[in-house]
Amino acid sequence: MLGKTAGGLLWMFRYLERSENTTRLIEAGFRIALTRASNADDEWASVLDASGARAAHGQRHATVTQANAVDFLLRDPANPSSVLACIEAARNNARLVRTALSREVWEATNECWMEAKRLLARPVRERDLPEVLAAIRQQSALVRGALHGTMLRNDIFNFARIGTFLERADNTARILDVKYYVLLPSISQIGSPLDNVQWENILRSVGGLRSFRWLHGAEITPLGIAQFLILDGRMPRSLAFCTAKIAANMGYLEKEYGARHPGHALVEALLGRLSAASTEAIFEAGLHEFILDFLSDVAGLAAQIETDYRFYG
Amino acid sequence: MSDAPRFFDELAAPGGAPRPPYAGYCAWFDGEDIARLRRKAADAERFFRRTGITFNVYGAEEADERLIPFDVVPRIISGREWARLTRGIEQRVRAINAFLYDIYHRQEIVRAGRIPERLIARNEAFLPQMIGLAPPGNVYTHIVGVDLVRTGEDEFYVLEDNARTPSGVSYMLENRETMLQMFPELFSHIRVQPVQDYPTRLARSLAACAPAGCPGRPVIAVLTPGIHNSAYFEHSFLADHAGAELVEGSDLRVVDGRLAMRTTRGFTPIDVLYRRVDDAFLDPLNFRPDSVLGVPGILDVYRSGGITLANAPGTGIADDKAIYSYMPDIVEFYTGEKALLPNVPTWRCSEPDALKYVLDNLSELVVKEVHGSGGYGMLVGPAASKKELAAFRAKLQARPANYIAQPTLALSTVPVLTRAGLAPRHVDLRPFVLVSPKGIDITPGGLTRVALKKGSLVVNSSQGGGTKDTWVLEE
Repeated sequence: MLGKTAGGLLWMFRYLERSENTTRLIEAGFRIALTRASNADDEWASVLDASGARAAHGQRHATVTQANAVDFLLRDPANPSSVLACIEAARNNARLVRTALSREVWEATNECWMEAKRLLARPVRERDLPEVLAAIRQQSALVRGALHGTMLRNDIFNFARIGTFLERADNTARILDVKYYVLLPSISQIGSPLDNVQWENILRSVGGLRSFRWLHGAEITPLGIAQFLILDGRMPRSLAFCTAKIAANMGYLEKEYGARHPGHALVEALLGRLSAASTEAIFEAGLHEFILDFLSDVAGLAAQIETDYRFYG
Repeated sequence: MSDAPRFFDELAAPGGAPRPPYAGYCAWFDGEDIARLRRKAADAERFFRRTGITFNVYGAEEADERLIPFDVVPRIISGREWARLTRGIEQRVRAINAFLYDIYHRQEIVRAGRIPERLIARNEAFLPQMIGLAPPGNVYTHIVGVDLVRTGEDEFYVLEDNARTPSGVSYMLENRETMLQMFPELFSHIRVQPVQDYPTRLARSLAACAPAGCPGRPVIAVLTPGIHNSAYFEHSFLADHAGAELVEGSDLRVVDGRLAMRTTRGFTPIDVLYRRVDDAFLDPLNFRPDSVLGVPGILDVYRSGGITLANAPGTGIADDKAIYSYMPDIVEFYTGEKALLPNVPTWRCSEPDALKYVLDNLSELVVKEVHGSGGYGMLVGPAASKKELAAFRAKLQARPANYIAQPTLALSTVPVLTRAGLAPRHVDLRPFVLVSPKGIDITPGGLTRVALKKGSLVVNSSQGGGTKDTWVLEE
């Protein structure tokens, strides 16, 4: 496979994953605004932070409101990470790697883009927001379904999956990074109603509220959340899960190509650190520091993969 | 002129009865509801969009990916007509390859006085770098798209020999795919010769042209200028279906005297490069130094026999419009036979008598730039305003050698589906020809381009033309 193709596949799925995560963030922000449990504009500011769009938004708007935050995150051309821009970037990468994709995957991606363009042609009205967000996520789920149902399990598939999990690990860590302070005060087992709303919201942002309840019952605690989103290998958006997936997919590449690269050592070290960690130890050493280290490790790993598999020049 | 209709109607014989090739289709059509067919046509458009069969328009916004309009009525050619056409095409393509070999070697045809030397030596499409170089298997034009027009029952003319990088074959294939999906019942009643194996034939033909000493299965790659090129869809389509890699200049490098592509496992040599990049951009060391589409040093690899380039550099000299007018001589010179397919009569404006005739009859003629293509920069006399005629007259007088002129051809018509039912529109035909040392392979049918505007004679997609599925019937 061409190095460029591997890079195109990885980025195609990174962008798709990012668009999906942003719709989830918007959905959670919208929910908290509706419940009026906290200052909604602050909430939108932290959503912008979590999606890395705060600075760009600040250049465009003097204040943060729900309307301008949602529009910026969904479709503003000034936001290179808007949902629409991400889907367009995913589709452009898909065109670039068209020869590596099954017809179904390509068509699902192309339709996802056509549908997103249609739905986001104009600012989305508040009353249409839940429906539009759901429709967009459904489109990207169709791409993933086509990937699983129609693609060979070879290097092509592995690069696509590595892209998905690099992005997902990064996104979950960012949400934790923006919200870590909510989890900190007193580490009390029982939160105030305000805390409860905030904690729930974190879980909602990663689409994990229901799964959390299955595992932990109704009681939401900061330690429980941290355990769930960082270390729980069953939660498909946790840092441990994503890292294990990247390691597995890189392992398949090692086997298929018969070649081990520096990236393999990096991912194994990261996975080792996560397996050895406990929530208590993480909180003791500093949740924020832990998250920052993780984000930088993931970025380093992504760069190493780029070099190992000759994505560029 | 007699009072016979001005244009040959491929569907209906005089009197209105369908001609034999259309008999089966017409019987089916008569039982169909026009509204249903029009809905099907709308389905087809959605299918094309979803599949991404679009082309980018130069100068248009990036978001502007257009569809080439597709008409659901097939253009039908009998097996007998087709057999006759293929003999003519094969003869012509053989002659073109012999001509190219000669032009880049001893130039016997110039020595024999059959073609003026200036037409070769001063031609931009002539590449001095190719002199004395024998491409693998002596094949120059691996892929040719010969543009044919029909003017009567047994009258076909060659309008152009596209010997550089003919495009459109992906539309031929997708048009058929679409028809098979929409009207499966037609194909079970009417025996249509298949075209779907073109990519396999392409791969086989290109593999047969691999450099001597290439061990095992040759590695084939398609070189595209990139996703913003108007024909990018076709490039990826062909690579995909022919099992070839789709590469850009930035993926390639000369490594140890071979052309190699950067893969996830290092550099892998390529044996055959089907390049969809013009000569001038192929090698910044040997041609345009500012090109980023090509590969520095690729021509040196080519010269040393390390790679096959399809088509070979410098083939443009054979489809130059000034050379075109000599094609009957060229065919005769190399095959010893009269050309089976006639040329359209052509006035070379470089010749004073011809120029005078052209200027005197400008409103009747089609005038083309010698190096132009795609319907740009041409004058269709009968459709031009007084002002346009005057402007073109001035251009002609200023640079006569830059133009050729042809009579306005009475292009045949084929029905298209309109709101009111079937209506005749003018068409041409581009069959696709594969050349290898093992032989010449012509896919039955080709791309039919149709001028969708009533009365229009310009079929180019850049000028409002559409396409149709082209059926060659089994005999």
